[in-house]
Amino acid sequence: MTTSSVSPTASSASTPGTGLGEISLQPPAWSRVTRRLFGHRGLAIGLIVVGLAILIAIFAPLLAPHDPYHQDIANRMVPPVWHDEGSWEHVLGTDKLGRDTLSRLLFGTRISLTIGLVVALISGVIGTTLGVLAGYFGGRVDAVISYIITTRLAMPVVLVALALASLTGGSLTTVILLLGLLLWDRFAVVSRSVTQQVRDAEYVFAARTLGCSLPYILLREVLPNIAGSLIVVMTLEMAHAILLEATLSFLGMGVQPPLPSWGLMVAEGKAYMFFQPWVIAIPGIALFVLVLAINLLGDGLRDLNAPGGRN
Amino acid sequence: MNAQPITEVAESRPLPSDSASVSRAVTPALELCGLSKTFTLGGGLFKRGRTLGAVSNVSLRIPRGQVMGLVGESGCGKSTLAKMLLGLTTPSDGDVLVDGRPVRGADQKALARHIQPIFQDPYSSLNPRKRIAQIVGLPLRVHGIGTPREQAAHVAETLDVVGLPRRAAEQFPGQLSGGQRQRVAIARALVMRPDIVICDEPTSALDVSVQAQILNLLLDLKAEFGLTYLFISHDLAVVEHLVDRVAVMYLGRIVEEGTREQIFGSPRHPYTRALLDSALTPEPGLGVPDIGLGDATPDPSDPPAGCAFHPRCPKAQATCRQQRPRLEDIRGDNARVACHLA
Repeated sequence: MTTSSVSPTASSASTPGTGLGEISLQPPAWSRVTRRLFGHRGLAIGLIVVGLAILIAIFAPLLAPHDPYHQDIANRMVPPVWHDEGSWEHVLGTDKLGRDTLSRLLFGTRISLTIGLVVALISGVIGTTLGVLAGYFGGRVDAVISYIITTRLAMPVVLVALALASLTGGSLTTVILLLGLLLWDRFAVVSRSVTQQVRDAEYVFAARTLGCSLPYILLREVLPNIAGSLIVVMTLEMAHAILLEATLSFLGMGVQPPLPSWGLMVAEGKAYMFFQPWVIAIPGIALFVLVLAINLLGDGLRDLNAPGGRN
Repeated sequence: MNAQPITEVAESRPLPSDSASVSRAVTPALELCGLSKTFTLGGGLFKRGRTLGAVSNVSLRIPRGQVMGLVGESGCGKSTLAKMLLGLTTPSDGDVLVDGRPVRGADQKALARHIQPIFQDPYSSLNPRKRIAQIVGLPLRVHGIGTPREQAAHVAETLDVVGLPRRAAEQFPGQLSGGQRQRVAIARALVMRPDIVICDEPTSALDVSVQAQILNLLLDLKAEFGLTYLFISHDLAVVEHLVDRVAVMYLGRIVEEGTREQIFGSPRHPYTRALLDSALTPEPGLGVPDIGLGDATPDPSDPPAGCAFHPRCPKAQATCRQQRPRLEDIRGDNARVACHLA
């Protein structure tokens, strides 16, 4: 455990980078946080890539060189710039309708991140509620909720999502709702087991002795102490949701054209896979990088959150 | 006994049933009447589980302003007893009376104003995500006592009382030492000025050097606020330092109860004697004492017939195996013992 009692001014005397300075003197609080975050290589890479993706999503209209929906039949299937026939006009080429791939890619970040975040939030609320209740009460409540969790785990997500999407018709909202209602299982399993540990902590007994209301105990005593694990699950579920959206869109039951979803871009490019492979490779790589980065972020957060990883 | 559960207004009511001559001073602060707790183990939908009597028929009276020590080995039901007193577990049978009024059916908040706990492990009893001021001020906030400003002042005052620096208020539990954490736990227990404090092994998780400080603090606070303690411990040296009366528990039952002098000076139950012999002496070279009990700890879900202690008792006789001894005041000196041989 670090104590903040050591004066931060002491670090001004230390020369950064020397072993002595790191061991005996406390750097200022913010630099300790950044060191902790960036000391973990995977976490640092994940943070940088996800941070970039968020910035791109926010500033997509400023960054995109073209309108992502503008069709230019005269310039269809232009290869990317490193190709012999490529041009700087369309850095990553154009698709079969002559739309600029780079612009679509940048705008697609918005769709992927929105889906990841909103799905993780919806499923997080559902799963955490169930898991915390099961873990806290145990007994019959636990038996019923565990049965619900097992039932959910027995359902193949892609098949169920496909079937329901084909009934309701695919759209961005449907995909978000469907995935949000399907991906809560890991939240429930994790929050249930962590709550079981916290439930028997003496500070929970202390709150119960005082006559604190049940919502107070669950929200203020239990939840802050399981939040670390839930944030990790949240990042992993974000990546999961982004991949599933791409899957559904690829199968035609997810986000509908002309929205620039990365999964949809892969689907639209599959006919040209053998002769113009970049059409499918570019959104594929983007998906791969984003999902990898989110997973690295989640793994890194898990390492930091583990008791052994704490300083 | 009267059936009026403790409530906020009950303070002003006259005490019925008992004669008017019974004054508050005579009514014990805390009384346990035949308190029992049975757990069911391994029961299924169709299978009946075994029952485990964690606490069986415990009766104790703790007079106002006194310290009652409760000693016994691990697993003898001490902590279950504490949980029942705090309202965290409902007794299977029997009653807890606070100030002569039964706790059963009482509002948890009303109970909390009378009884507060100090837990064993100061690392687990403070929420690691809250600041000390929040932890100590929680009772006031939950019970809506005072304005936020008054609460903050009261918290600061209580921190002074338990000997914590004011700046601790803004710190997190992780930044404090074990002894300081236990002081925070004591401050939380005392911030509402309860009558009774249940101390469940309050020093067993602390360094020896810190234990004495905490014990002295508890004694000082008792004198200052007129507190009544139930002091649960397995450390006899600590108990001897602190208590007025001692109750010895074995397998969920009280086997001997008396004043500190009676228990430490002339113990009569063989188990009490064994416990006293087992206390380690600071003298080097003596080694670990052999207490002659063996290590056949009985299974609480399947207690031995007769006296529960007989399989380990060095003096057990035929009666001990068949008949359970009753807890009685044998010598008429206000000390009770449950042993055929005493």
